[in-house]
Amino acid sequence: MMNPILEMPLRLAVWLLLAPLLPGIVNKVKAWVAGRRGPPVLQLYFDLAKLWRKGVVVSTLASPGFLLGPAVAWVAVVGAALLMPLGPSLAGAGFRGDFLVLIYLLALARFCTAWAAMETGSAFEGMGAAREVSYAVLAEAAIIAAVLSLSVQTGNLSLSTMLAPAAGAGAALLAAGLFVVLLAENCRVPFDDPNTHLELTMIHEVMVLDHSGPPLAAILHGASVKLLLFSVLLVQAVLPIGQFAPWAGAGVLAAGVLGVTIGVGLVESLLARLAFRRVPLLLTTAFLLCLFALLAAWKGGPS
Amino acid sequence: MSAATPFALLSNATGLPWTAVPEWPVEDFVRTTAGELSRGARLCAWFGVPEGRALRLVAVLAFDADNALGVARSEPFVDGYPALTPAHTQAHLFEREVWEQHGVVPAGHPWLKPVRRPNEAGNAPANGEFFRVEGSEIHEVAVGPVHAGIIEPGHFRFQCAGEEVLHLEIALGYQHRGIEEALAVGPHRATMAQMETVAGDTTIAHATAHATVMEALAGTEAPLRAQWLRVIALELERLANHTGDIGALAGDVAFLPTQSACGKIRGDYLNLTALLCGNRFGRGLVRPGGCRHDLEASRAHQLAERLAAALADTEQAVAWFWDAASVRARFENVGVVFPQQAAEIGLVGPAARACGLVRDVRYDHPAGWHRFAQAPVAVWPGGDVFARARIRSLEIQRSGALLREQLALPPDGPTREELPPPAPETLAVALVEGWRGEVCHVALTDAAGRFRRYKIVDPSFHNWTGLALALRGTAISDFPICNKSFNLSYCGFDL
Repeated sequence: MMNPILEMPLRLAVWLLLAPLLPGIVNKVKAWVAGRRGPPVLQLYFDLAKLWRKGVVVSTLASPGFLLGPAVAWVAVVGAALLMPLGPSLAGAGFRGDFLVLIYLLALARFCTAWAAMETGSAFEGMGAAREVSYAVLAEAAIIAAVLSLSVQTGNLSLSTMLAPAAGAGAALLAAGLFVVLLAENCRVPFDDPNTHLELTMIHEVMVLDHSGPPLAAILHGASVKLLLFSVLLVQAVLPIGQFAPWAGAGVLAAGVLGVTIGVGLVESLLARLAFRRVPLLLTTAFLLCLFALLAAWKGGPS
Repeated sequence: MSAATPFALLSNATGLPWTAVPEWPVEDFVRTTAGELSRGARLCAWFGVPEGRALRLVAVLAFDADNALGVARSEPFVDGYPALTPAHTQAHLFEREVWEQHGVVPAGHPWLKPVRRPNEAGNAPANGEFFRVEGSEIHEVAVGPVHAGIIEPGHFRFQCAGEEVLHLEIALGYQHRGIEEALAVGPHRATMAQMETVAGDTTIAHATAHATVMEALAGTEAPLRAQWLRVIALELERLANHTGDIGALAGDVAFLPTQSACGKIRGDYLNLTALLCGNRFGRGLVRPGGCRHDLEASRAHQLAERLAAALADTEQAVAWFWDAASVRARFENVGVVFPQQAAEIGLVGPAARACGLVRDVRYDHPAGWHRFAQAPVAVWPGGDVFARARIRSLEIQRSGALLREQLALPPDGPTREELPPPAPETLAVALVEGWRGEVCHVALTDAAGRFRRYKIVDPSFHNWTGLALALRGTAISDFPICNKSFNLSYCGFDL
């Protein structure tokens, strides 16, 4: 274990500084598959810097919640990320039931985004918010089932302990289920298309249409932290990170996250988007996969 | 049967003296037109010709099965006339247009509002009255005229229950440039350039229609080699746009492989048009009396070689598209227009052929080089987005085959001849199957042989209603793929 005074700033730095790398990697993979050169891997950093220097346009109809929403959502997502261990060397303090706090923080972030979206009274943003929360109902069930299966398997209620050993019998089920949840929660293809300009088909993008400047930067950065958060959760839930030496564990974790990110890019390159009416089907499948992982952990795990 | 029709018959790309067009009192004219439409004729154009303070109506019908067009006119009248729309929906935009341009009221028209003109306050066209669905569960979504992508302006008003669209009303007119008005007492020096930009992506079809009308008015036709060149350019235009549309459809469902490839291949086809005439959209190629550029053997050979490569690339890119189950699932049974609806509203072009209607000007009303060289008409049943995409991929194959065959068999002779002056007091009609469908140009000359009235009907004018119908009962999130599957022109409608 590292000095706790040093550890916290280091973990924060990892989350804040490395997260915007992921969307860049996804875009690079997509460009590579399409035979293009694509934007630089660091594009999101440039975008954030640009947005930070810009002014903010606020609708005269919007209450302060319009600006408060993205701020609270960003803090909630970063707070959730800080609960997530980063391998054995940066496992964090952890406490009993911290995984529930993590799930609730993500729900709080979602609530704030949807709230801010409805502030301007735009028909598009209302539709986007409605879509976001209806799919979240199913995605949250899947992620709760996944975390419960880890908890049952290790007999523990703290993330740092739950995520240390291998996932056991249900590893493949858990990996598949969590990957689908990752795509849904981060609005990637086949659930949403982060590149589309078509307001009527968007989910997440349409909720942030009216935001500009630093609040938009907070939203974009928060989204990248969330993508990193889910990638880290997926890798640690499936790979026995705790059994490696501390720095080797960090290396395996980084390689795993890179693999997941490339996987997201490949899915986006090779798959078309689902029609909205089929989204619940896929999310229910993800929930069932996680539920079977839970059953496998309960009945078949080493305990 | 058209043999028994009271309408004056003529072939595509010909004219007849204005006095030879039969005329009836306006009530009889509307009744006779309705009778012909009931017997399967199609309304190609319906417009007013001012006669002092009064107005004449002119109807141009297509008898597709008889390969003939029919023309008739009403006697001059003022104020109003009984509307044709209640009996025949395909007239509804035409009657609104005549009301907007000349102020005569079609009595009994169910939805009389401007087509493109702003209201008295000078506001944008969308500030009219929209059809509304009432109810606490209903929400209204207004999209445009400014869109998130780089596309033309148009306003779409959806009445939705949740994600389901109950009704869509489309308001256009933001790009009204007054093209028909500018043609009065023409043709002018700028006329040809204006015809090439009626709809910029349909340059060849509109330019060919205008040149054909001028040749019909002069009582002649372009040299054979010019007709051959026009067909080559027309089919290249079709290939470029259909390929671009398939790529755009793939893009709308986030299927990157086909999107990326088709974007590039569309450029290849445009470059072939540039090889032909120096302009990627074919501007400056077609002129009344012929073509301004020739395609000598060496360039024809080069064009054929590059065409073969582009066609092979397209085949591959389109195959990825059809082989992906995730793509097919998005397109099947989405945005359905039923064949009966398609016939009622007078759909044309690929949108009509995707409803199983055999409707293709190249086949039904062949003119120019199409009298000697034809591709099989591509028809697909279903009327959904899948069918409209399928028609495009079939037409890419068939246009490609036709081009390769024709490039090997060029006719000899000049590419351009001096055109005699247009005949006075004559009405001429030209239909051209552009890539979007039937492009219709009608010209009427005065005693000096100048244009007294020039009417342009872009295929989009017929087909926007089809898009509105396709959306009924469809999820609002599927609007973009429905829209792209029609890919209609805003400026071609707005004129």
